[in-house]
Amino acid sequence: MAAIAMPKPSQETLRKRSKIVADLQKIVRGEGVICDEIEMRPYETDALTAYRQLPLVVVLPETVDQVSRVLKYCYDNDVKVVPRGAGTSLSGGALPLEDGVLLSMMKFNRILEIDLENRAVVTQPGVTNLGITTAVQQDGFYYAPDPSSQIACSIGGNIAENSGGVHSLKYGLTTNNLLGLEIVLITGEVIRLGGKHLDSEAYDLLALLTGSEGLLAIVTEVTVRVLQKPETARAALIGFPSSEEAGKCVAEIIGAGIIPGGMELMDKLAIDAAEDFVHAGYPLDVDALMIVELDGPEAEVDDLLKRVSAIAEKNGSSYLHVSQSEEERNTFWAGRKAAFPAVGRISPDYLCMDGTIPRAALPQVLQEMQELSEKHGLRVANVFHAGDGNLHPLILYDANIPGELAAAEAFGADILRLCVKVGGVLTGEHGVGIEKRDLMPEMYSEDDLKQQQRVKCAFDEKQLLNPGKMFPVLHRCAELGFMHVHQGQLPFPDIPRF
Amino acid sequence: MGEGFHPTTAEELEAVVKWAAAERTPLEVIGSGSKRNWGRAVQSAHTLRVDGIAGVIDYEPAELVLTVKAGTSLTDVQTLLKEHNQELPFEPADLSAVLGVPVQAGTIGGVLATNLSGPRRLKAGAARDHVLGLEAVSGRGEIFKAGGRVVKNVTGYDLSRGFCSSWGTLAVATSFSIKVLPRAAKECTFVLLGLTSQEASSAMSEAMGSSAEVSSAAHLPKGFCPLSQEHSITLLRLEGIPVSIEYRLDKLRSILKRFPSQELIEGQASRKTWGDLRDLIPFAGSDKPLWKLSVSPTAGQQVIAELEKRFAIRWMMDWAGGLVWVEMEGEGPHDVPLRRIITENGGGHATLLRGSVELRASVDVFQPQAETLMGLSKRLKAQFDPHGILNPGRMYAGI
Repeated sequence: MAAIAMPKPSQETLRKRSKIVADLQKIVRGEGVICDEIEMRPYETDALTAYRQLPLVVVLPETVDQVSRVLKYCYDNDVKVVPRGAGTSLSGGALPLEDGVLLSMMKFNRILEIDLENRAVVTQPGVTNLGITTAVQQDGFYYAPDPSSQIACSIGGNIAENSGGVHSLKYGLTTNNLLGLEIVLITGEVIRLGGKHLDSEAYDLLALLTGSEGLLAIVTEVTVRVLQKPETARAALIGFPSSEEAGKCVAEIIGAGIIPGGMELMDKLAIDAAEDFVHAGYPLDVDALMIVELDGPEAEVDDLLKRVSAIAEKNGSSYLHVSQSEEERNTFWAGRKAAFPAVGRISPDYLCMDGTIPRAALPQVLQEMQELSEKHGLRVANVFHAGDGNLHPLILYDANIPGELAAAEAFGADILRLCVKVGGVLTGEHGVGIEKRDLMPEMYSEDDLKQQQRVKCAFDEKQLLNPGKMFPVLHRCAELGFMHVHQGQLPFPDIPRF
Repeated sequence: MGEGFHPTTAEELEAVVKWAAAERTPLEVIGSGSKRNWGRAVQSAHTLRVDGIAGVIDYEPAELVLTVKAGTSLTDVQTLLKEHNQELPFEPADLSAVLGVPVQAGTIGGVLATNLSGPRRLKAGAARDHVLGLEAVSGRGEIFKAGGRVVKNVTGYDLSRGFCSSWGTLAVATSFSIKVLPRAAKECTFVLLGLTSQEASSAMSEAMGSSAEVSSAAHLPKGFCPLSQEHSITLLRLEGIPVSIEYRLDKLRSILKRFPSQELIEGQASRKTWGDLRDLIPFAGSDKPLWKLSVSPTAGQQVIAELEKRFAIRWMMDWAGGLVWVEMEGEGPHDVPLRRIITENGGGHATLLRGSVELRASVDVFQPQAETLMGLSKRLKAQFDPHGILNPGRMYAGI
C-alpha cells in the first residue's frame, strides 16, 4: 500500500496532542471535537480508499467565528490543517495527516438565501450539490454543475475541486457558475469575495480559489448562480462498430456548431458491464456507445436531433435510438451513471483515472491505451465525457494479488502521461490530491510549478493548509523568494524599440 | 530618457523583464496602448509594448479552441473566427469611442488583462470564463505556463483565469488558449417600449428567469440615445436557430403581455444595436466621467434612482440591470457617494472607465478593497513581482 509518501509528521505536534485537543475543545465545545480513535475512523479516508490515515483530531465547527479561531490557533501553534467536505474526493484531497487537525465543514449545512429574481443562491459549504437544486427546483431552477457524486458531495468540496459533470460542455464548471465566497485564511482573517453581482473586483481570487484543493483557505459561504431548467431534454443512444468512428462523430457534431447538453461515450467493456447491471436497453453488438443529450425548447431539440442523427449515420453508426419519454431518457443515463459500480461488479477492484485530451486525439489515445493494457496485463474499461475530452479509464485489478495495485497505478500513470503527450492534462475534474501529485512534473516545468507555489505562499506562507497534496516537492516560501538576477545586465541589444 | 521595448518573441520579452527586475526599474506594460486612458497612470521611465508578439499558434475549429499570441489584434482574432463561423462568446467591447483612441486598436491580451466582456456576458460568461491556458513572464523574469488547451482541467491552481483582470501587474502574458463557440445562426431583439426603470428591471428579471434563454438584456431611458428618443426601451436578445427563436419569442410575448407596447428588431439591425451598446457608442464624444457599476441585477434600478436624487446623470442598464453605466455631470469627484449608494443597495463595485488624468489621479479608479483583502492582493503581487516593476500603481497604489 501507500506508495505515495506524505510529509513527515511533526513529533512536537504529536507530543502535544492532548494539549491541542483541550485547547480546541475550548473553541468548539461539546461534540464538535472528536479525538476517540473509533469515532475518528470514518474520517480516515475519502473516496480514494486505498489510502488511510487517522487524523490528530477531528474538529467540526459550526460558526465562522469558530473556524477563524481554530485556524488562528493552528497558525499560532504551527499545526497542520486538512479541510474536509463530504469526503467524496477521488484523488485523496481529504486524506488526513497524522499530525494534522481534520476540519470538517459538514455542520455548515444550511442554505442561507434563495434569490430567484437575481438567480442566485447563498449557501453554507456543507450543503450538497443536489441540495441546491432541490431547494430551487419547485420554481423550475437548478444548479448546473452535476458531478456524479452530486447526492453526497458538498458545494464547498465542489469549490475545492472545481467540479464538472456531464453537462459541463454546455453549462460550464463550478468556476463558471460561482458568484461569491466568504473564506477564512489560515491566519483566521475572514475575507468576502464577489456577491450577487457579476465579475468580482480587482484580482480574480475566486478563480484562484476554485480548484485549489483546500490548500489556500477554508470556504465558509458560497454564492452560486442558478439557471432555469431547459423545457425539454431528449437523449439519443448511438452505437458504432468502433471507437474510432464514434470519436470522429463527436468531433463532427461539435464542428457543426452543435453544443449538446451532454455527450458521453462508453467502450465495449463498459457497455456490457452497465447493461448487465442496470438493463438500460444498451445494444450489445456495438464497440462504442454514445449518449447525446440535447436540451432547450422542443422544436430546437427535434431539429438538432435530426442533425445529430444524420452526422452519426454519415460516420458509420450501426444503432440509433432516441428517447421517447422522460422515463426512457433517465434509463439511458442510469446505465452511464452506474458505469463505475457496474465495472466494480466484474472486477474485485478498479482504479478510476481522469485525464483530458483534445477531442481529435481520441482515436489515437484509445488505440495506445489498448497497447498499454496489454503491456501491463490489466483490462481497462473506458467511460468518458466525450464532448469535452475528459476520459475516465477504469483499470481493473485485484488488490489481493500481490503487485496488482502497483501495476494498476503504473498503468494509470502511463495513461496520464499519454494524455499529456497528446496535448491534454493530468486531471479533468477529480483533482490532483495525492493521487496525481507526483505526476505534476510530467505536465509542468519546475518554473511552472514554482508559480503555482507562489500563489500558495501568498495565502499560506507557513504551508499549514493541506500539505502533501498537489505539489510533488514542497519548497519553503522563503526559498522560492530567491531571485536569480544579473545586476546591471543590459537588455538584448537587438530587441526592437519604439 | 526612458525606452520603449517592442519585443517580437517571448524570449525577447523575458530578457526585458529580467533586465528591469535586475535594475529595479518599473515598466509600463501595454498591448497596443488602446486602454491607456483607462485605469491609473503608471509612473515609469520605460514602456514594454506586447503587440509585436502576435499571430495564431493553433486553431482547430472542431476543438473550439484558439491558441494565440497575446499581442494579436482583437480584430484579427475576430476576423479569423468569423471565417469559420465562430466567435468569442463574451463579445469584448471596442472602447475606442469612449476612450478617444483609434478604432479597433486593442489586442487580445489587453482584453483578457482587463476581463472585458460585452452584453452577452450575461448568458455566455465573462472573458475570463473562456480562458483555458496561458504562457507568461512573471515580474521575476520567469517564463511559465498554466492551464492547457482543454476545457476540463483542474491540474493545479487556475492561474490562467486568475491572472485575467490583473492588468499586467502580476505577469506579462505572451499567449493564451481561449474557448470559442459557433456563431448563432440568427439573432433578434424583443423590445418593450415605455417602461419605467423599475418595470424594466422586473421585466428583465422575469425574462432571465424563464426558459426563453435571453442572451442579453438592457434598458435605455427615454431620451438617452436616438433609439430611445421617443420612449424608454427595454431590449431582450434571442440567439439560435430560427425555429427556436420563434418559439422563445412567443414565450416572451406571453410572459410580458402586461406591457403591450412591443416591437422586434431583427437580423443585422439587432446585431448593430448590441454592437453599439457593447462599444458604449451613446457615451461617445464626451469627456465627462463615465463609471461602470456592477451590482446585483435587481439593485441596478435602485442605485440609479438614488443617484438621480443627488446628481445629474446619463445612464443605461445592461446585464439585466447588473451592469449600470453612469455618466456624471459636473466636477465631482463622485466616487465616495457613488460607492456608498452601491453598498447600501446590496453591494458590488464601481470602476471609473473614463476620466481626466487629474480625476484618475485623485479618486480610487477601482473599488477600494477591505484591509484584509488588500493585504492578500499585495502578498500576491509581492510573490509574482517582488520589485514592483510590472505596471506598478495601474490598479491600486502598492500593487
